[in-house]
Amino acid sequence: MSFPILSSLILLPTIGALFLFFTKDKDGNNSTAKYVALFTSIVNFLISIYLWIYFDQSVSNFQFVEDRTWIEGFINYKVGVDGISILFIILTTFITPLCIISVNNSVKNRLRDFLIAILIMESFMIGVFCALDLVVFYLFFEAGLIPMFLIIGIWGGPKRVYSAFKFFLYTLLGSVLMLVAIISIYWISGTTDVVKLYEIGIDAKYQNLLWLAFFSSFAVKTPMWPVHTWLPDAHVEAPTAGSVLLAAILLKMAGYGFIRFSLGLFPVASEVFTPLIYTLSVIAIIFTSLIALMQEDMKKLIAYSSVAHMGFVTLGIFTLQQQGIEGSIIQMISHGLVSAALFLCVGVVYDRMHSRMINSYGGIVAIIPKYSILFMLFTLAALGLPGTSGFIGEFLILMGAFKDNFLVAVLASLGVILGAAYMLWLYKRVIFGKLVNEDLKQMLDLNKSEYLILTCLAIPTLFFGFYPDPLINTIEVSVSDLINMHNINLASK
Amino acid sequence: MELSIIFLPLIASIISGFFGRYIGDRNSEIVTSALVSISSLLSIYVLYQVIVNQYEENIVIATWISSGSLDVNWSMLIDPLSAVMLVVVTSVSALVHIYSIGYMSHDPHKPRFMAYLSLFTFAMLMLVTSDNFIQLFFGWEGVGLCSYFLIGFWFKKESANAAAIKAFVVNRVGDFGFALGIFLVFYLFGTVNYDEVFQQIPTVVDKNLSFLGFEVKAIDLVCLLLFIGAMGKSAQILLHTWLPDAMEGPTPVSALIHAATMVTAGVFLVVRCSPIYEFSPVILNLITVVGMTTAFFAATVALVQTDIKKIIAYSTCSQLGYMFFAAGVGAYNVAMFHLFTHAFFKALLFLGSGSVIHAFKDEQNINNMGGVWRKLPYTYALMIIGTLALTGFPFLSGFYSKDAIIEFAYLKGNTTGYYAAGIGIVTAFLTSVYSWRLIFKTFHGEYNNKEVKIEETHESPLVMLVPLFLLSIGAIFAGVLFKDLFIGHGGENYFWSESIKFLEPLSTDHPPTWFLLLTPSLVILSIPIAYYLFVKNKELPNEIASMNKPLYNFLVNKWYFDELYEVIFIKSLKKLGTFLWKVCDGTIIDGFGPDGISSFIKKCSIKANKFQSGFIYQYAFVMLLGFSALLTFLIVK
Repeated sequence: MSFPILSSLILLPTIGALFLFFTKDKDGNNSTAKYVALFTSIVNFLISIYLWIYFDQSVSNFQFVEDRTWIEGFINYKVGVDGISILFIILTTFITPLCIISVNNSVKNRLRDFLIAILIMESFMIGVFCALDLVVFYLFFEAGLIPMFLIIGIWGGPKRVYSAFKFFLYTLLGSVLMLVAIISIYWISGTTDVVKLYEIGIDAKYQNLLWLAFFSSFAVKTPMWPVHTWLPDAHVEAPTAGSVLLAAILLKMAGYGFIRFSLGLFPVASEVFTPLIYTLSVIAIIFTSLIALMQEDMKKLIAYSSVAHMGFVTLGIFTLQQQGIEGSIIQMISHGLVSAALFLCVGVVYDRMHSRMINSYGGIVAIIPKYSILFMLFTLAALGLPGTSGFIGEFLILMGAFKDNFLVAVLASLGVILGAAYMLWLYKRVIFGKLVNEDLKQMLDLNKSEYLILTCLAIPTLFFGFYPDPLINTIEVSVSDLINMHNINLASK
Repeated sequence: MELSIIFLPLIASIISGFFGRYIGDRNSEIVTSALVSISSLLSIYVLYQVIVNQYEENIVIATWISSGSLDVNWSMLIDPLSAVMLVVVTSVSALVHIYSIGYMSHDPHKPRFMAYLSLFTFAMLMLVTSDNFIQLFFGWEGVGLCSYFLIGFWFKKESANAAAIKAFVVNRVGDFGFALGIFLVFYLFGTVNYDEVFQQIPTVVDKNLSFLGFEVKAIDLVCLLLFIGAMGKSAQILLHTWLPDAMEGPTPVSALIHAATMVTAGVFLVVRCSPIYEFSPVILNLITVVGMTTAFFAATVALVQTDIKKIIAYSTCSQLGYMFFAAGVGAYNVAMFHLFTHAFFKALLFLGSGSVIHAFKDEQNINNMGGVWRKLPYTYALMIIGTLALTGFPFLSGFYSKDAIIEFAYLKGNTTGYYAAGIGIVTAFLTSVYSWRLIFKTFHGEYNNKEVKIEETHESPLVMLVPLFLLSIGAIFAGVLFKDLFIGHGGENYFWSESIKFLEPLSTDHPPTWFLLLTPSLVILSIPIAYYLFVKNKELPNEIASMNKPLYNFLVNKWYFDELYEVIFIKSLKKLGTFLWKVCDGTIIDGFGPDGISSFIKKCSIKANKFQSGFIYQYAFVMLLGFSALLTFLIVK
């Protein structure tokens, strides 16, 4: 077996975290701790880029596979990547260092512990995206909750305990059913190895229940309407870096899960429940867009817009069209970049004025021009303007949906109008207009690290808007293979 | 060389937008104007090549999206249609750039303004030279974005911000239809590239689709959806409300975006898709009806407005209506011809009105103007030329294109055709009246402005007058020079070659002479009428207005579209949003979900607590109860 590159990706952040845990700063201001964390995460990012370069895009097999016995005859520690998962791994390793750079502006106390939580979280996320065994997947999937729970509960705002528990209970409740389903899959098929399960398939008569069990977990995490109400609360209370991780990566685990497990393992049930997904997605897109329109808290607005954007994702996945699924994946990557950036943008003004309320801002374009330009760019990406990555995802999803179901595509397209309305209205109220408050004049424009972070997010947002080929080429074969496999399974049942 | 036509404006925009601060205001103005001017000279050369050598080419720049069977390229398609648009866009844009140097001379944000103008030009060029629907959509949204930026350019003005958002969102409503149209094209043809789509049309002509429960012809649906997009961009009735508000932007913007180029994109779309529209007579009729309704509606509203720019904005709306009904009766080339001439005279009128506004120090109400024609002789003369051209005064450009539209509508020979021709003539008369009203109230009569003394009004600088002068040449001669080329009867669709498709060749008959003379004579007749009403006997219009109060109010309030939309869409959607948030999410989902469950569990545990009271006699009592129940059960059994 060659060098275990995936395991090192998973383990490296944990090692960094352990190092932080067992060492102490002399001066106590934690600056070295930050550099250690940053260094670890950047090395991880470079490894993941190396992975992408050496990844063979022309085959759909899982690559860099590691398979070790964990519990004899029951669980194997099996990891590997295909075109779909590799993008999510890179998203994770790309966002994490940016989060770490951003913390010195927002987190005041117990910085070292915060960094440990972020690094541990990174390990778990990467684990989720490359796990090829259901039990391993489940462990990583659930373990990811804990650092997030702590981030909200310890470093959050005034209502942090309520939000943290709401977050935890919601997600745990869904997951319990998934655990039951995984155990029953083991009893039915005798293995929890995803690759083997793909080959042998699962008996159609069990699929519906199993699908629902997985769905209950993924739907909460996505989040889909009506189990989305934890998200706005969690975002509002979470510190900026927490919101970024939550929006950019944590939500993507569910979308990834839908593609990898719901579609892959339960083709018959996926077909049966497509109307359910369509209905919930369309409701999510329209309802939460309308709700977003009426928000007065910036973070809540962006949180609700996330629900709408994830509605597009779930819609695209279950179209089972090449364009739909590819669109969903690109939409997830794009949303990872754009929502992260938007939460950071809110964080920037929050750090200065300590308010998230829209009406405490206004007329600040001339005071902080650099910020205004970048915020505008991400606003436009969020409303899906052609030339940004947001457009590619949304457009492909709707194109795929249109092939499958006219009505759904028409209704979902309404979300595009509403998206423009709430994003532009937000921007106008915060940035344009007359100066509402004399204090705002004291605001400083982006400092170097903020400028760096937002630029790092802006470049891929624009680049993939004009040239999404690197993304599409990476997933193309895996997605078409997934659809073929799905159709074959469906035909044989 | 062809690519530099597109990319020079982009480069100009980047230089001015990102480096404007370093190179200074004057240099960014010079750089942007120069690069766009070069681009316009190159465009003229390309058009010349197209006319003389039948030059056509499709230059692929790069791949954009290739997902499954979807293949989209960044490309530049040069054919007669796009060559004409290239010339219109770049030449008006270059003149507006130069004019802006003078007009924006007191503005503190010049580089930003020039960057937006150049960026707009780039997006518009991407739109017209696309060889597929998705790049078209890219340009479509790009021009919408630049329009948003430029309408809201004076960001401190609340009304400008509101107008900018309104423009973007109303356009998005149109784009909603347009995007669905593209999806349907992809669904039907499996491709979004024009030539592949157009080739396959015969295969889907008879195809039916069930759409939202209705059985419709696929081709009709494609045409309808694309037309909804065109209605949004070209401000046709129902989706027109953003255009008058868009006048909040600086005047050069109104001339470039909201008169000459962007708003004509809808017409361009219909003409570009003529190979599809030719197979859908139903939708063509709809286009005729929408076009003529818009033409008439906007003209009636323009009659009573008092803001100089809003009058011209409604006039634009109305002229776009003419272009649509030309396309609707199948005379796509005539629609293009009117688009071409309109670009010159409408840009001239807008820039002229900018010159007037400049002279009055940002006054826009025509009731506060008057009597300054001696003070602004060049502006006055040039505005008159623009007005004559717009109204279709014989032998100026509007005369050839507008009369041709009415003629072709008449020659169409069916009910819609006759009806359209009739409305067209009435509207032409109204157009003439409101245009002369504008001229007379602005330049003649007494001086009515209280803020600025008449001595202070001044003619604009040369940098503003030269573009006006160049546009006026276009307004005078564009009709007579290009008439044969664009709508000539002789060479049967010669110039347009494959870019415009006719199923049946256009009629080459001539309408009766009385019909040909009708419009020009009405137009000429309207000048003394307007002079009498607005200069000689100024009380008469007021009397007419007070006699027909309801009608007058109806027109002043623009047929109450804004009020209607406010109630139907904005207020009710906001209410719905609040309801969904507070009631659905708050009371129902959270109330029965996490909050409800947690409080339920809390209640249960409080109840359960009571069992453990610690008093022996209570426990003994419960035991006794249980014991007797068990005993009873055993005995009865």
